[in-house]
Amino acid sequence: MKERMNIVVVGHVDHGKSTLIGRLLADTNSLPVGKLEQIKKTCELNAKPFEYAFLLDALVDEQTQGITIDTARIFFKTKKREYIIIDAPGHIEFLKNMISGAARAEAAILLIDAHEGIAENTKRHAYMLSLLGINQIIVAVNKMDLVDFSESRFNQIKNDYSKYLNEININPVEYVPISAFHGLNLIEHSNKMSWYKGKTILELIDSFEKEKEDEENDFRMFVQGVYKFTENGDNRRIIAGTINSGTINVGDEIIFLPSQKKSIVKSIEIFGKEAPLFAIAEQAIGLTLTTQIYVKPGDLICRIDQQLPYTTNRFIANIFWMGKNNLSIHKKYKLKIGTNKAGVSIEAIKSVMNASTLEKENYREEVHRNEVAQIIFRTDKPISFDLFSKIKSTGRFVIVDEYDIAGGGIIIEALEEKEELVTPDYSGFERELYELIKKYFPHWEIKPIY
Amino acid sequence: MDYLDKLEAHSIYIFREAYREFKHLAMLWSIGKDSTVLLHLARKAFFGHVPFPLIHIDTSFKIPEMIEYRNKLARELKLKLIVGQNKEALKTKQTFPDGNVDRITCCKLLKTEALKNTLSGQFPRYRLDHELGVFVEDQDKEAYTGVIVGVRADEEGSRSKERYFSPRDKNSDWDIGDQPPELWNQFKTEFAPKTHVRIHPLLDWTELNIWEYIDRENIPVVSLYFDNGNGKRYRSLGCYPCTFPIDSTAKNVKEIIEELKSGKLKNIAERSGRAQDKDGGGTLEELRREGYM
Repeated sequence: MKERMNIVVVGHVDHGKSTLIGRLLADTNSLPVGKLEQIKKTCELNAKPFEYAFLLDALVDEQTQGITIDTARIFFKTKKREYIIIDAPGHIEFLKNMISGAARAEAAILLIDAHEGIAENTKRHAYMLSLLGINQIIVAVNKMDLVDFSESRFNQIKNDYSKYLNEININPVEYVPISAFHGLNLIEHSNKMSWYKGKTILELIDSFEKEKEDEENDFRMFVQGVYKFTENGDNRRIIAGTINSGTINVGDEIIFLPSQKKSIVKSIEIFGKEAPLFAIAEQAIGLTLTTQIYVKPGDLICRIDQQLPYTTNRFIANIFWMGKNNLSIHKKYKLKIGTNKAGVSIEAIKSVMNASTLEKENYREEVHRNEVAQIIFRTDKPISFDLFSKIKSTGRFVIVDEYDIAGGGIIIEALEEKEELVTPDYSGFERELYELIKKYFPHWEIKPIY
Repeated sequence: MDYLDKLEAHSIYIFREAYREFKHLAMLWSIGKDSTVLLHLARKAFFGHVPFPLIHIDTSFKIPEMIEYRNKLARELKLKLIVGQNKEALKTKQTFPDGNVDRITCCKLLKTEALKNTLSGQFPRYRLDHELGVFVEDQDKEAYTGVIVGVRADEEGSRSKERYFSPRDKNSDWDIGDQPPELWNQFKTEFAPKTHVRIHPLLDWTELNIWEYIDRENIPVVSLYFDNGNGKRYRSLGCYPCTFPIDSTAKNVKEIIEELKSGKLKNIAERSGRAQDKDGGGTLEELRREGYM
């Protein structure tokens, strides 16, 4: 067993995520001896009904309030491979924790309560998964025991939800009817739902495919640091980084972007190993060059014989916002892509979308917490990137507001570089008129003035 | 790449991010198996060098072999080793072994308080002088803003909720309900003055992964982890009044791996030999909120 996969479990609050994971752990003997008994005993002492969720919701506040506040990493093993299951909170207040959890995952289990049906977050979470680029998803319809194991109820949810998922281009691997609390269809088929002929949760997890290292793509590596440690007579000047995509060989001619400096790879350095002749995506390496050129952390290294990324100061991106403050067209932010950083402002908010209804609004001046939006960004200096559809890891970025990572996004289109935006000098009357039109004639959809 | 390769590469990425982003960076070294792997990964990340100091919080109740091992390795690898201690609590005998406080209070005083004040520069720091071969008081009193720590998510409930870069406020408090988002290798590296960030490169490693890696990379560890003939060995190292060896005849790394994989330790909690974890529900979480490791 030499493989590991990260899976996130998402869904609305109280739809049973922690119960599902707790039950999987218990039924596959993945718990330490005595853990289950210990929690059962604590429940008895406090006159509380036992819940499998207590196995995961480790924090005192989580247990007293009965909700998951933050994601937990759960280690779990099947015959096929090792897993980290990420239990993501379902409460809207903790959406940023859910996104943190989902951003680490390669596949997802989306949970729906059969009794309550599709909730607001059931949709919002699915949309976040699609934005994060997670496309292996199973939908588990939970609490089937509360709807008398009804096949028609299951089909109804499946039909309704499929319509929504279709609109956001998610095609689930499978819909599974389960009862997490009673352990039905988790690792064994249940005769209470003999109408379900598909795989169990465990079988489905094992059928997820492992994401491959991005070797086939063009070579990309952000410079993480340039090291020259002179102790003990070390003379090497090493350019360190982790390969985003592609492969690199000793002797390759490379270019640093956006500075456009060129050199040739003299050696590939890995401590404790004989210097290799080539390296591939995801490896943490160091490069030495045949010429001593000045490069900085944040530069993107590419191979001259391959297609180069975009280098510009304007692009269109889909983003989600998690900030305490609204994202505003009047404010400056910091953008981080790979190891590169740049000041950034918003040229226009093209549209803001409610991820649960898919309703769009145009020409807003702000994006609120938990909304998703399409935005034209303008960085202070040109940066190098790829479109997310071509290379994931060089096509996504975060926005930092003051001290915090407040938003994340994926680049969908590169725009031509433009000089500093000319801000027209609006008169006081023009500004008042704009405010009045915005207030009384919203259907005119007037463009914002800056 | 197999999963150990990937774990290694990810940890190295975190080390290098920390080194670039934090002006005053240090790594905690508890001398256990996780710290030892951490040290090895640091050397990998920086091509044989460790470009920041290692801090050891010495409660004075550590098992003597641990201190011997610490000093030997520090000399061999020419490490910048800094030792911090709560001298006041030791002098006034406010400790569990002296019978004056309970285990948890002892942990708070000798570990949490010592750590907090060593990081901030309030308590004196003792640096191993490689030329003189002794510990001398360090003149650098500046606070460490980035602190690399070897905690793993699989050790215990509150650790399973950690971030790779976890901010602590000026009192070293950890706000578990409001942790920063982490997306795609982007971490929190900006923060208010007087706060610091704990950096966790080993978060995704399991106890088994640690031993498999020790085996693969041939990393030397303290002999206390092995049965030296009496049918007992330590699974987790700490202070001797509160940490007990387990029954085991594993004499080398391979046998430990076997024991964890299929043997009798497969489903037994790793810290079951640690007494301070058992004093009531949520205790370790409480300790950790206030800055315990």
